[in-house]
Amino acid sequence: MYTQGLDQKQKKSAADPADTPERLAAFQARIDADEKIEPKDWMPSGYRKTLIRQMSQHAHSEIVGMLPEGNWISRAPTLRRKAILLAKVQDEAGHGLYIYGATETLGVSRDDLVADLLSGKAKYSSIFNYPTVTWADIGTIGWLVDGAAIMNQIPLCRCSYGPYARAMVRVCKEESFHQRQGYEIMLELCRGTDEQKRMAQDALERWWWPALMMFGPSDKTSEHSAQSMAWKIKRISNDELRQKFVDVTVPQAEYLGLRMPDEDLVFDQKTGHYRFGEIDWQEFWEVLKGNGKCNRERLETRNRAHDEGRWVRQAARAYAEKQAARQAA
Amino acid sequence: MSKDQALIAYVTRMGDNAIVMAQRLSEWVGHGPELEEEMAMSNFALDYVGQARMFFSYAGELDGKGRSEDAICFLRDGWDYGNVLLVEQPNGDFGETIARLVLFETFYGLQLEALATSPATKLAEIAARAIKESTYHLHHAGNWLIRLGDGTDESHRRVQNAIDRLWTYTGELFEADPVDQIMQSEWQGPDLTVLREHWHRQIDELLAKATLQKPEDGWMDSGGKGGHHSEHLGYILAEMQSMQRTYPGANW
Amino acid sequence: MSKQDWPLYEVFIRARSGLSHRHFGSIHAADEAMALDHARDLYTRRNEGVSIWVVRSTEIIASDPADSASLFEPAADKIYRHPTFYKIPDDVENM
Repeated sequence: MYTQGLDQKQKKSAADPADTPERLAAFQARIDADEKIEPKDWMPSGYRKTLIRQMSQHAHSEIVGMLPEGNWISRAPTLRRKAILLAKVQDEAGHGLYIYGATETLGVSRDDLVADLLSGKAKYSSIFNYPTVTWADIGTIGWLVDGAAIMNQIPLCRCSYGPYARAMVRVCKEESFHQRQGYEIMLELCRGTDEQKRMAQDALERWWWPALMMFGPSDKTSEHSAQSMAWKIKRISNDELRQKFVDVTVPQAEYLGLRMPDEDLVFDQKTGHYRFGEIDWQEFWEVLKGNGKCNRERLETRNRAHDEGRWVRQAARAYAEKQAARQAA
Repeated sequence: MSKDQALIAYVTRMGDNAIVMAQRLSEWVGHGPELEEEMAMSNFALDYVGQARMFFSYAGELDGKGRSEDAICFLRDGWDYGNVLLVEQPNGDFGETIARLVLFETFYGLQLEALATSPATKLAEIAARAIKESTYHLHHAGNWLIRLGDGTDESHRRVQNAIDRLWTYTGELFEADPVDQIMQSEWQGPDLTVLREHWHRQIDELLAKATLQKPEDGWMDSGGKGGHHSEHLGYILAEMQSMQRTYPGANW
Repeated sequence: MSKQDWPLYEVFIRARSGLSHRHFGSIHAADEAMALDHARDLYTRRNEGVSIWVVRSTEIIASDPADSASLFEPAADKIYRHPTFYKIPDDVENM
């Protein structure tokens, strides 16, 4: 899910001389024995690089994800909903911070990672480039987007890299409330007035396909997948996760009385799974490239915050230095 | 007005202060100088929402008209809102938000402390819970005031301007209107002249640590407690209340 | 804009009295007071802490990993290879 952009620039970098066959084999043996790799352990340069990209994209997604939901805090329709949404958005900031912290153990600084996000060089999950235009979008995001994220994150709790796995355990504990609050919003809407039901149906139609795209293209088209699976950075294939998500979510939509925006959706008795329609991968690649409804806005917002906050960060540094000088004197 | 009416008005005003602070602070989501501060600001906003809910629910109970916390929050217009002008001011830059937090929370903490012994036991309970949060808010914001005041030339200038700008709204905090007077005489509410002295002492100490100048007391703007607000409150309420006004009677 | 970000601190929290402090992760902060506040905001939102320790990451002394690849790392090294643990002059480019 957080490796959506990894296959794009197919640059073959020269093999790292430190990656000798003996070391690679010893490392793979540790992975196969389900040992956890910790920050000071030797690791192949490819393992380190892939993890840095995947984890930083994950962290960026949490941070950018605060924006579409933050959009509705001031207009939440009840005090309880306002409180819940604030708690959720706070959690997301927290998740971003846990994952940045874990990424830094690989030898990069958060400043550099954030600079890559702000310059547009680093990717984040495409789903957050869609706008939240009604209150029902908040329910739908919790239900579908957090639902998809949970599906991806649970296997990552068993990822081979210790700090990432541990961050995922924390994240998963906090994430279950996120999905439940979203579904609860949908329940209220679907039991409500005609306008509310219409709001819910409209949101589902706009978010369903982007949610399916969150899992990324089929692994058959991805070079990185096989290596990531071997290194236990990725535990379950994109297609498998996506199928699981559909199987679990369609009954939830039926319970709400909502119509799925997919005419090809049908339950296959033989396989026990839902068959679903073709995803418009064109839209996916466009959004990933920067041509989604909110890409520009999301980055502009974070850049503005960063620029306008520069004097604050500098002041904090200056004060700390003054304090250190005073104490030394 | 009766002592019960004064209590309802007073409790509602406290909810009003809290919810307006919550609205303002939550504007920092996505715009903070550092992610950690966005967490802190949204954390404070969440605390304020919790307090607003407690105050509004209590006011609804006292009122006896069956009004829920949401009815009180979302279905009153500006002239019925009794928050002080200080809390409805725009966030401005981070320094201005910190300055506003410090000026308000120093007052709020003293107010909550004073209410902890009120015979209106529910109010005393709410105050006892809120004071823990207020103490942390002031600790965090106070440290920031010091960092910004004693940081760089730019940060010093910005936060000094902020204090100077907001000073005109601090007088209202200690203006006792009939509601405040009845609270004091009938419900063991705070004596605002005493509160003012404590407030000045604490603010003096904090400004000194932050190398900031205390402004001279000039003309003090006021009227918020009586429902006479600045132009800002209208926009705050329009945004906050829009869903309830557009879809009256719906459940969310 | 200074290349120095706020320094990194490691966070240890005692979840309940009777338990020992456990490593929870790391945070950035400009000074000690901020580090404690950030650690509290980040790691104790769900009432998971009665005591917080924060330590500058550069102050932690660590043992060698068991792996023989420690050939390349001196003993008692930094706990991980965070780039700002190493002081490089500002005018050195591309670093």
